[in-house]
Amino acid sequence: MEHERTLGDGEDLVIEMRKISKQFSGVLANDEVDFTLKRGEIHALLGENGAGKSTLMNILYGLYSSDGGEILLNGEKKEFSSPNQAIQNRIGMIHQHFMLIPTLTVVENVALGLKDQRFYRLNLKKVEKRIMELSELYGLAINPWARVGELSVGEQQRVEILKVLYRDAQVLIMDEPTAVLTPNEVTELFIVLRDITKRGNSIIFISHKLWEVMEISDRVTVLRDGRRIETVETSLTTREKLAEMMVGREVILQYDHPPVRVGAPILQLEDVHCADDKGLEVLRSLSFSVCAGEVVGIAGVDGNGQKELAEVVHGLRHVDFGKIFFNREEITNKKPRQIIARGLAHIPEDRHSTAIVMDFSVTENLTLMNFDSPPFTTYGMRHSRVCTEYAQRMSDLYDIRGGGVTEEIRNLSGGNQQKVVIARELDRNPDLLIAAQPSRGLDIGATEFIQKQLIAERTKGKAVLLISTDLDEVLAVSDRVLIIYKGEIMKEIIPSQASFEEIGLAMAGVRD
Amino acid sequence: MEQKIRIGHIEVVRREQRVASLFGMFSSLIAIFLALVAGGVVMAVVDINPFTAYGHLFAGAFASKTGCANTLIKTTPLLIAGLGLSISFRCNLINIGAEGQMIVGGIAATAVALYLPVSSPLLMFVFIFLAGFLAGGFWGAVPGILKAKFGISEIINTIMLNYIAIHVLSFMLDGPLREPDNYYPQSAKIAQEFWLAKILDGTRLHAGFLIALVLVLFYYLLFYRLPQGFRIRTVGYNPKAARYAGMSVSSNVVLAMFLSGAFAGIAGMSEILGMHHRLYNEFTSGYGFDAISIALLGKLHPLGVVLAALFFGALRVGANAMQHVVQIPIAIVYVIQGLAVLFILTDTFFRTYILTSYKRKGLKRRKRA
Repeated sequence: MEHERTLGDGEDLVIEMRKISKQFSGVLANDEVDFTLKRGEIHALLGENGAGKSTLMNILYGLYSSDGGEILLNGEKKEFSSPNQAIQNRIGMIHQHFMLIPTLTVVENVALGLKDQRFYRLNLKKVEKRIMELSELYGLAINPWARVGELSVGEQQRVEILKVLYRDAQVLIMDEPTAVLTPNEVTELFIVLRDITKRGNSIIFISHKLWEVMEISDRVTVLRDGRRIETVETSLTTREKLAEMMVGREVILQYDHPPVRVGAPILQLEDVHCADDKGLEVLRSLSFSVCAGEVVGIAGVDGNGQKELAEVVHGLRHVDFGKIFFNREEITNKKPRQIIARGLAHIPEDRHSTAIVMDFSVTENLTLMNFDSPPFTTYGMRHSRVCTEYAQRMSDLYDIRGGGVTEEIRNLSGGNQQKVVIARELDRNPDLLIAAQPSRGLDIGATEFIQKQLIAERTKGKAVLLISTDLDEVLAVSDRVLIIYKGEIMKEIIPSQASFEEIGLAMAGVRD
Repeated sequence: MEQKIRIGHIEVVRREQRVASLFGMFSSLIAIFLALVAGGVVMAVVDINPFTAYGHLFAGAFASKTGCANTLIKTTPLLIAGLGLSISFRCNLINIGAEGQMIVGGIAATAVALYLPVSSPLLMFVFIFLAGFLAGGFWGAVPGILKAKFGISEIINTIMLNYIAIHVLSFMLDGPLREPDNYYPQSAKIAQEFWLAKILDGTRLHAGFLIALVLVLFYYLLFYRLPQGFRIRTVGYNPKAARYAGMSVSSNVVLAMFLSGAFAGIAGMSEILGMHHRLYNEFTSGYGFDAISIALLGKLHPLGVVLAALFFGALRVGANAMQHVVQIPIAIVYVIQGLAVLFILTDTFFRTYILTSYKRKGLKRRKRA
């Protein structure tokens, strides 16, 4: 094979991007960014959401055209106007959301769009043979005739990698590949990535997680606000330095927790069982309680029952067994309306699909939970002026920006949308606040704002249940942390008294 | 990630933000204007002066007292059914069944008017009204329940129920409701004291028009003042968020479909009691289907629906005059109606997508919309 070149030639550049600029409706997403990729290296692209990582890679992959700058591939000037051309030039991209067809088999998915087939007959045997060769070469174990929909997320990712390798890629662009994986799968993925680079291929690894960048990459390029801050050798830097480059200032890793008296239990779960959408049991004998004046964090890898936990408390999901108490009253399988009336506020994990109505104005979204009670509705009539005035007050109080209260909420940024949700939920003065992934997709400023609000609620004597897959967040905000694995609590820890390793083991399901 | 489609030199990109353009606000009027222009071109092709033709159309619909009255008579069922459909559309339910719901409302109203032994006209009106309301509502609620409980498409079910209603009507006219000793498949004539009163001397304009105006007010209240309308809209836009906010998705779906059908049922009742005074096949003359276009053209806004219904009513009346004088088949009117709806849908497209035309290799670009 032609691309089996050896490592060693340090300055052998596969890709050189020079002064790349890209503007989106007046905003500079990329501002004269330089980026180089050496043959055989894993180069991490680090930055917050909106820093311009994906834009830069989409330009390389031919999804966007750049407004300025040039791209050199193996020293030759190139411009791709579509992903097809990028693929022909042996660049492959693996998106965060897989581009696979679940009802087709692995072989069929790989064969999609292949040019080496005759137009009247698909030769899947040929594809299978090559897949098996690649699978052996790179240690990507896969059953080529399995339907993709039946594979685990980690296996689906392997199919994506195979797709790219099949097309003979020398450069792999991976957009946040670990976001959906369990710790074990991440370890396996890292082994595969090392294998791929040993054979002379190069990998661009887009991420905003510091520890994985430290572990997997050879070099790191940090982007902030569309500009390249620095490119460094990973071995010559630290997590703290990278964080500072990424955010632009020192990052707070721990908040003050003013002392409060922990009161009576507000939420109690006793031996709760429930099933997910597919009918599989996701919560198994879950028991814990949250008291007034404390933040209880639920940590764990995504998909271990966190979403369902929030839903059973809210009454959105049926409890198959066990009991839930709210202020000592049983609320098991009560209607959401009844539970909300008892004093539950919930910042759900799916902001767009659950927490807000995208077609509604900011005002309508702010009054979504209590539009039918005074002062918004009196004598059966809704008063839009009262609603608008209220929304105006809330916007000032929570600093909601972007177009005013009559603007459709879809036109606000993610951070401001989340502020709308938080304003609405906190202003109802709840006894219990469930916050599920409250800072997902938000920048550092908005994240800090939200985390401080959670602690403020606790200090006011409310009960807060924080469900998050971001370990840093859980540890910084919570008084107690429960680690969930496959719908069971594995371990309870106090944030300041536990090591990362201990937590990591519990998250992977290891009991001590 | 951005969605992008390329067709030749034109690239279609989904907008990040939906824009409220001037075109969007007046889009219905612009659509009607464009449809009239296109209709005019068709006329010009067959050598008819479109200005003369439209002049006669307008004169036929509005120039005389009778013309105006006839326009309002045609507007009445279109408006009531159009408002009804707007209720279900606001709940994101595609109700195609106004025709069937109208028919069923008409059957129930006729049956009550002919056979319920009540002599007081006022009391009788209440019963007749309720019969049309409930029967239409039932015909709408059935697909609503099927949708809410089993997730079965309301589109298919409402279409199917149209056919069922049509055949129930012809069965009724062949059997139970047929006028005794009559050769034709039609019901007996309803006693005159139960008819909807005439409200304009010398014309056939009846109190059904007043009912329609009251329903406009009801529709306005429902969606702009009452909490229930807010619930229906929330469920329509985002059922998950509605459930999260403590609303019952299924009961709001059923309610929206019930009200939608009930409005159509009242339209059917008003046609029988105000115009025909007896039941016969095809008494709805396709109003239930036109009502779909009216709801879309009126953008689900109460005033918009009123204007759209008036436009369709005027076209129907004026088309007759136009046909008499300039010898154009009435079918041209359906072409104009269809084009108006088509142009309205184009507006939605332009608000959601940006078209860009590329000149060679995608380097230079020029904005088009």
